[in-house]
Amino acid sequence: MYPAAFEYLRPRSIREAVELLLRHGEDAKLLAGGQSLVPMMKLRVARPKYLIDIHRIAGLNYVREEHGAICIGATTRHVQIEQSPLIRDKMSMLAQAAGEIGDAQVRNRGTIGGGLAEADPVGDYGPVALALDARMKCVRPSGVREIPASDFFTFAYTTALEPDEILMEIIFPLPPRGSAGVYHKLEKVAGDFAIAAAAVQLAVGRDGVCTSIAIGVSGGGPMPQKPAAVENLLRGKKIDRELTEEAGRLIQDDAEPIEDLRGSAAYKRKALSAVLRRALTESLRLTTNNL
Amino acid sequence: MANISLTVNGETRSGEAESRTLLVHFLRDTLRLTGTHVGCVVGRCGACTVMWNGAPVKSCMVFAVQTDGDEVVTVEGLARDKRLHPLQEAFWKKDAVECGYCTPGMLMSAYGLLSNGKTPTEAEIKKAISGNLCRCTGYGNIVAAIREAAGNFK
Repeated sequence: MYPAAFEYLRPRSIREAVELLLRHGEDAKLLAGGQSLVPMMKLRVARPKYLIDIHRIAGLNYVREEHGAICIGATTRHVQIEQSPLIRDKMSMLAQAAGEIGDAQVRNRGTIGGGLAEADPVGDYGPVALALDARMKCVRPSGVREIPASDFFTFAYTTALEPDEILMEIIFPLPPRGSAGVYHKLEKVAGDFAIAAAAVQLAVGRDGVCTSIAIGVSGGGPMPQKPAAVENLLRGKKIDRELTEEAGRLIQDDAEPIEDLRGSAAYKRKALSAVLRRALTESLRLTTNNL
Repeated sequence: MANISLTVNGETRSGEAESRTLLVHFLRDTLRLTGTHVGCVVGRCGACTVMWNGAPVKSCMVFAVQTDGDEVVTVEGLARDKRLHPLQEAFWKKDAVECGYCTPGMLMSAYGLLSNGKTPTEAEIKKAISGNLCRCTGYGNIVAAIREAAGNFK
């Protein structure tokens, strides 16, 4: 269970990390919390010649509210996101998702930037980032850019990050006042990746009509998705049992799940429908309580 | 080879290791602290859990070189002056140990949970040890032991 040999590098600043990544290119991997990369290296699925440890770079670990958004430094750990009073108060489904990742030991080390950049098809941050229209702030030698979550995930374990680019910060715009969010995950055993998961942020008026809806799901394909068709179905309508069932059918029909040890495609389609319906029902209950 | 120097159980310890050496192997083979157990080595069983800079982590999921300059506490660091730690006392009293293989990891996860000084609920105890597998006890006595220890944790 030893990885292939590598050279360990510990840059002190983002600038230094960018330079190292530029110099070593595809031979290098960035190490943040290492809770997925280290196991992959042990299995020799990943064999970087250089490991650039960005975990100690000062100024990459923070949670703060800025210009109507919650900004999170890339090496902020899952446990910090799970326990952040700011996130729990204003973006509870993000705290929920962080609390569902792996186990306590993994959450103590793993980071949000690492989790997003790994882009596991059923990673817990993907659906939340898509639902809330998060933006990934990245840096490379030519400058800084922001990638919208909808462009970030390009395939299983693949993102729009260029080989010389480092994810620095994730920007989550605050959801509308009065809305409520729920992350619902179906897993086989505690600590596993999801079979399917749904993130729903919802607001309704006094008449029960949906005034805003944002959804992100995983389990329906090789990467997390923002099901615009389902959002369109629900927006402007009274969300009752019948409409919730219809949303479940719609997501199920559009899904093309990957068959694996967590289930057949047919099972995962039903699982995806179930998590979406549960997240819708629960967020509707919460937002109605807010009225 | 890199020289790695860190604080283990309050003492400065150092040794040579390759970059790819896992912390669990460095602790056991280089520093000869064999209390930390090697279980699955793929991050699933939690037997190798240690405290790293104040939080439980699985030492098979960390390269030793990452901990250079840091603070690690292993199960050997719990007992003081030949007196068992209240957690160890509680595990003994509540029969929370059968074969004992998972015990060092269970103790360190529990130690991490109780370190914040709060009294955890049963649900919080179960969540805290969900990354630690035990194939003997059925967990009931382990949860009871952690609950007992929470009362007199220092």
